Amino acid sequence: MTHAPAHAHATSTGLDNKKLAFWTFIGSECLLFGSLISTYLIYKGRSVRGPTPQEILNIPLTSVSTFDLLMSSLAMVLALAAVTRGDRLWARVWLGTTALLGALFLGFQAYEFTAFVHEGLTITTNLFGSTFFTLTGFHGGHVFVGVVWLLTLLVRSFQGKLGPDKTINVEIAGLYWHFVDVVWIVIFTVVYLIQ
Amino acid sequence: MATAVAHEAPATRSVLWSWITTTDHKRIGILYGVTAFAFFLLGGLEALVIRLQLARSENDLVSADMFNQLFTMHGTTMVFLAIMPLSAAFFNYIVPLQIGARDVAFPRLNAFSYWVFLFGGLILNSSFIAGPLFGAGSLSVAPNAGWFGYANLTSRAYSPGANIDFWVLGLQILGVASLAAGFNFIVTIVNLRAPGMRLMRLPVFTWMTLVTQFIVVTAFPVITIALVFLMFDRFFGTNFYSVSAGGDLLLWQHLFWLFGHPEVYILILPAMGIVSEVLPTFSRKPLFGYAVVVYSGLLIGVMGWGVWSHHMFSVGLGPIPDSVFAATTMLIAIPTGVKIFNWLATMWGGQLRFTTAMLFAVGFIAMFIIGGLSGVMHAAPPADLQQTDTYFVVGHIHYVLFGGAIQGIFAGIYYWWPKVTGRLMNERLGRVHFTLSFIGMNLAFFPMHFIGLLGMPRRVYTYGPELGLDTLNLVSTVGALLIGVSVLVFLVNAWRTRRHGDIAGNDPWGAATLEWTIPSPPPAYNFTVIPEVVSRLPRWSRTQMKAIPDVPPEPVHVPGGSYWPIVAAAGLAGMAVGALFHTLWVVLAAAAVLVVAIYAWAFEPFEV
Repeated sequence: MTHAPAHAHATSTGLDNKKLAFWTFIGSECLLFGSLISTYLIYKGRSVRGPTPQEILNIPLTSVSTFDLLMSSLAMVLALAAVTRGDRLWARVWLGTTALLGALFLGFQAYEFTAFVHEGLTITTNLFGSTFFTLTGFHGGHVFVGVVWLLTLLVRSFQGKLGPDKTINVEIAGLYWHFVDVVWIVIFTVVYLIQ
Repeated sequence: MATAVAHEAPATRSVLWSWITTTDHKRIGILYGVTAFAFFLLGGLEALVIRLQLARSENDLVSADMFNQLFTMHGTTMVFLAIMPLSAAFFNYIVPLQIGARDVAFPRLNAFSYWVFLFGGLILNSSFIAGPLFGAGSLSVAPNAGWFGYANLTSRAYSPGANIDFWVLGLQILGVASLAAGFNFIVTIVNLRAPGMRLMRLPVFTWMTLVTQFIVVTAFPVITIALVFLMFDRFFGTNFYSVSAGGDLLLWQHLFWLFGHPEVYILILPAMGIVSEVLPTFSRKPLFGYAVVVYSGLLIGVMGWGVWSHHMFSVGLGPIPDSVFAATTMLIAIPTGVKIFNWLATMWGGQLRFTTAMLFAVGFIAMFIIGGLSGVMHAAPPADLQQTDTYFVVGHIHYVLFGGAIQGIFAGIYYWWPKVTGRLMNERLGRVHFTLSFIGMNLAFFPMHFIGLLGMPRRVYTYGPELGLDTLNLVSTVGALLIGVSVLVFLVNAWRTRRHGDIAGNDPWGAATLEWTIPSPPPAYNFTVIPEVVSRLPRWSRTQMKAIPDVPPEPVHVPGGSYWPIVAAAGLAGMAVGALFHTLWVVLAAAAVLVVAIYAWAFEPFEV
């Protein structure tokens, strides 16, 4: 380990401990979202009253927010690259952009949820409401945590404490961000595209 | 950088504070062990009351409602608050020593796991005295829908009180503790091995720990979601388990058992690991077929995911699913049987020494075979339809979990007690403990097979004399009391030898693995120098590893501890308490505590 960050130990596998822990965490999260998505699929079309997905889902709008989230993953990649090469300015630009795009996605979701409630779909209305709000709400919660995490990294950068020696911290935040993004692609496909 | 070579934390702080802030895996292991044993005693007392109530027909020692609470809390306590954390005590104390590490990968996360477990257990059990706070007519509002809490028994409509709230929130908290520990131990075992400690040189106990943790991190998210659905149904009026809204009650059963069956292996694999350490030591022979034992453990971990519906044969899934799950269930008996033959072959021709640890290990094999055989019996759906929901199943689970897991854990306690305390346990009292426990368990649980087949359902608070089951039930109760006496003998033994037992030395048993190369109890830093492992049985092999010096050649850094794990755990627990009382501001305040603690934790200087 020639480029070992300060205080890191040589590990049996050569993988950083935090990174390995995070990969197992992501594995665990797969089963969390797997359970949510399976439940959505099992209950699909079983609501005894409306509104139904066909009546209420706004695919064009959600396509825009999906594109927004995908672009945030690109910004995340650029942020990691900037931190790795020690480019503080661009690290801040891309970290800020990623967080902003994430916050924008949450804004889309808040708008969508509000619109649904006005059209008569709440979490208690029917099975679709319960499964839809729980699944997308869990995902939104993950995005929210990610945004807070990214803003924390941004603050650390402004404090001058996010040099190339801290690349691993940004890399792990990136792993989380990309995972949350991938989960959304599955949710978008399952909930919105395959009706 | 705080560098200390002292055995204890700096003496400027009180002893209590040093335990509250400890991040030492050995101290956390002791905390886990003592706490879990206290819960084990509590769950045992619940079992004794259950057995006293059933000692004769038409008994009225406890009410039907109290009986429901007792069997629910007995099951929940023994699974989540006794066996799992007792295993965790061994993971914590033993695994870093076996792989030649100075601590786990994330010491503060480890402390967090313990405190979350403690608070979760306390919240769950506080339900026994929390009735007046919820305006209930009784002192106790303990969970009362059985340890697998079938929907829609648990819905607000049918369980309006706080009972199920305690259960659903308590289990979610405990899940966080298990998950955090799972990530921690996977990384520890994969990444913190001493040089030369290749995967196929890991002691079997460490291997089984690794498999167990993989099951934990994959199975617990599933129960978490099942519980989240239940919580949303109860608190926010969602429809997940609501039949009138088109919901399917089988969703709960599938999610629960999708977790619940891997959970069985979470409970038994650590005990199998312990037995795989004890048998070679007291047979003075390496484990027969080490690689096969490891692979069959892995196979059990994988196959454990494909058998869950055998808990649901009676719901009528249809002949195809029933046949498939019957087949997979019978198949999983193969790797289990392989292990049993390996253990027997380990003993064959060995120089057997029947210490108490060995007695419990052999007892484990014998009793686990009985539990395994009755398990294969109800792997066949037609047989299961006769046995399900009767005392036959209760007998089966107790052979597996008491005869198996608990006996394995006692084997581990007697085996590693000298390493932890530096003192040997009294062998004569140990033999008394084992004998009483062995007779008691067979008296208590064997008649249950007949009681069940003769038609007594589980979970009924009493039965009529016309069933003719009074004698068998009385025998079972006497057996349960014998188990109680045996545990008292153990407690006396533990209390007396904790300070006054014979000095153990580094290796009282002549064992093979790395933890026996260092003093008992080990110093805070475990190893004066990180050992270089050259074989699977470092203390038995001809190729000797380099000796470990008695004093560290250079100062060893020991982390100073942190109080943020307990603060974070308190924040998490506070959120559950706020939810119990339907008080949003408490939930938000506790969440704020959690967030502050996470940030303080992330940014505090803490060198591992």
